[in-house]
Amino acid sequence: MKRFIGFIKKEFYHIFRDKRSLFILFGMPVAQILLFGFAITNEINNVDIAVLDYARDTESQKIIQKIKASPYFHVENEIFNEKAIENEFKKGKVKAVVLFEKDFAKKLQTEKKATVQVITDATEPNVANTIANYTQSIIQNYQNQKNTTPKSNGVVIQSRMLYNPELKSVFNFVPGVMTVILMLVSAMMTSISITREKELGTMEILLVSPLKPFQVILGKVFPYIFLSVINAIVIVAMGYFIFGMPINGSIVLLAFESILFIITALSLGILISTISNTQQTAMMISLMGLMLPVIILSGFIFPIASMPLPMQVISNIIPAKWFIIIVKSIMLKGVGLEYILKETLILVGMTLLFIGLSIKNYKIRLE
Amino acid sequence: MENAQEKIIIVENLTKQFDHFTAVKGISFHVNKGEIFGFLGANGAGKTTAMKMLIGISNSTGGTANVAGFDVHTQSEEVKQNIGYMSQKFSMYDDLTVQENITFFGGIYGLSRKQIKTKTEELIAELQLGNIAKTKVGDLPLGWKQKLAFSVALLHEPKIVFLDEPTGGVDPITRRQFWELIYAEAHKGTTIFVTTHYMDEAEYCNRVSIMVDGVIEALDTPKKLKEQFQVNSMNEVFLKLARNIE
Repeated sequence: MKRFIGFIKKEFYHIFRDKRSLFILFGMPVAQILLFGFAITNEINNVDIAVLDYARDTESQKIIQKIKASPYFHVENEIFNEKAIENEFKKGKVKAVVLFEKDFAKKLQTEKKATVQVITDATEPNVANTIANYTQSIIQNYQNQKNTTPKSNGVVIQSRMLYNPELKSVFNFVPGVMTVILMLVSAMMTSISITREKELGTMEILLVSPLKPFQVILGKVFPYIFLSVINAIVIVAMGYFIFGMPINGSIVLLAFESILFIITALSLGILISTISNTQQTAMMISLMGLMLPVIILSGFIFPIASMPLPMQVISNIIPAKWFIIIVKSIMLKGVGLEYILKETLILVGMTLLFIGLSIKNYKIRLE
Repeated sequence: MENAQEKIIIVENLTKQFDHFTAVKGISFHVNKGEIFGFLGANGAGKTTAMKMLIGISNSTGGTANVAGFDVHTQSEEVKQNIGYMSQKFSMYDDLTVQENITFFGGIYGLSRKQIKTKTEELIAELQLGNIAKTKVGDLPLGWKQKLAFSVALLHEPKIVFLDEPTGGVDPITRRQFWELIYAEAHKGTTIFVTTHYMDEAEYCNRVSIMVDGVIEALDTPKKLKEQFQVNSMNEVFLKLARNIE
């Protein structure tokens, strides 16, 4: 046991004296959460728009007031003819123009039909789309308030967004970033640190010493379990305190599942280190073989349901996919273990498989 | 059998078969307690493979080896506790200080804190490392690293120390100094098992074996080998042997 503690102490020296690994360990999680939380978002806030009001009557003014009052838009200026629209877009500040036709209120009264045109700058398609949707819903809302007598017939769709009523993208990013970081720290850092010993030749010295091979591996891995747990706590805390991500389920369960995933990733890291002899190989395998699939195929950024079938099948072998489902279920839906038993068992199975393969590979190398 | 006690390494018919070739072809030899045994051979002659089997990081596919009184196959744990090993890379941790390296390697051999402390003091005095205890190993010159690695391999007072090309890449003066360290250690009764490329170093050994193509072609004191081959230096012995094989 004393030998083991000495070993772990040495591992911490390595980590804390290497600025690069320190940055990956502690800088990355914070930077990524802040980046995804604040910068990379599907929501729009305070988008500058312009208004072209040919009507200038009470109805059009009321709608403009409503748009102004919403947090999504800021009416930058008013323009007076259609030629000015393109000019506004070319200047680049204004992202959309809301246009009211002549006699807006009168048409609404007599013909029961008047037109509002929303012209958007679609050089950024996602933003344009969102702006169009948001303006539509503001006007729809206004209309609903006005028509106090509901139409006797006609289907009214009422949609409710459960678990994330405001459709905050951070609710998606916190579990995603957590998964990416834990994978990065656990798998990549351990595989690099083990191959480093091989490269330096110290692995030979360790194997000649009375330490048993499994003690060497355990000693290399243990500090990363500890650091990964700290990272998981930091990420969840940032999500909770800064972005208001709820934790509806049991924290104990979340901690248990996180540790399970950390162990899965670590065993993957050990497996990588058994098949690579240099730090560079280990890093390439980790980056190409792990990080890319985690980001692309786990459902973190691109929804799995809309992938082509072969991709959906492949996504099943990515541990990250299952962990993201688990984290979202616990944090947002507040479910207990019985609802995520399948995902948990899949992670356990994968872990056992990786450890089994590592032991097999390791033995071959010793022969 | 009265001689058996003096033989600290006994190798019989040791073989290592890889998939397509045999690296070590049934070698047999012994090493006496307290001697400096030179294990020579060209690159690829199989000397590193043979040595790896003796220190327990590679399994033999045939024959037996007994190191420090224990069978390398069945009692590898006991063997490990009794041997020291220094590889050709002088492997220590560059980002740890001299002191930390000593503490770490002492620790994995199960030395107590007190033992480590006295050992460190001894070592620093012996190597005149004085004020570099807190220097990172990576900042030391190669010659110092090499001496330090040797001392670290001896921390747990092993009966035998295996040195794998310990003087690769250092200048002749440092090599000479290093051999003085080896002599001093052998004088204390430690058995030294050393592989080397440098034939002048072979002259420093008590006995020398020369491996060619997985077989030990010659084994004796340098003096007798030179007489046997009727040459003046070990270098010529080596060349003659290699030519005969061709």
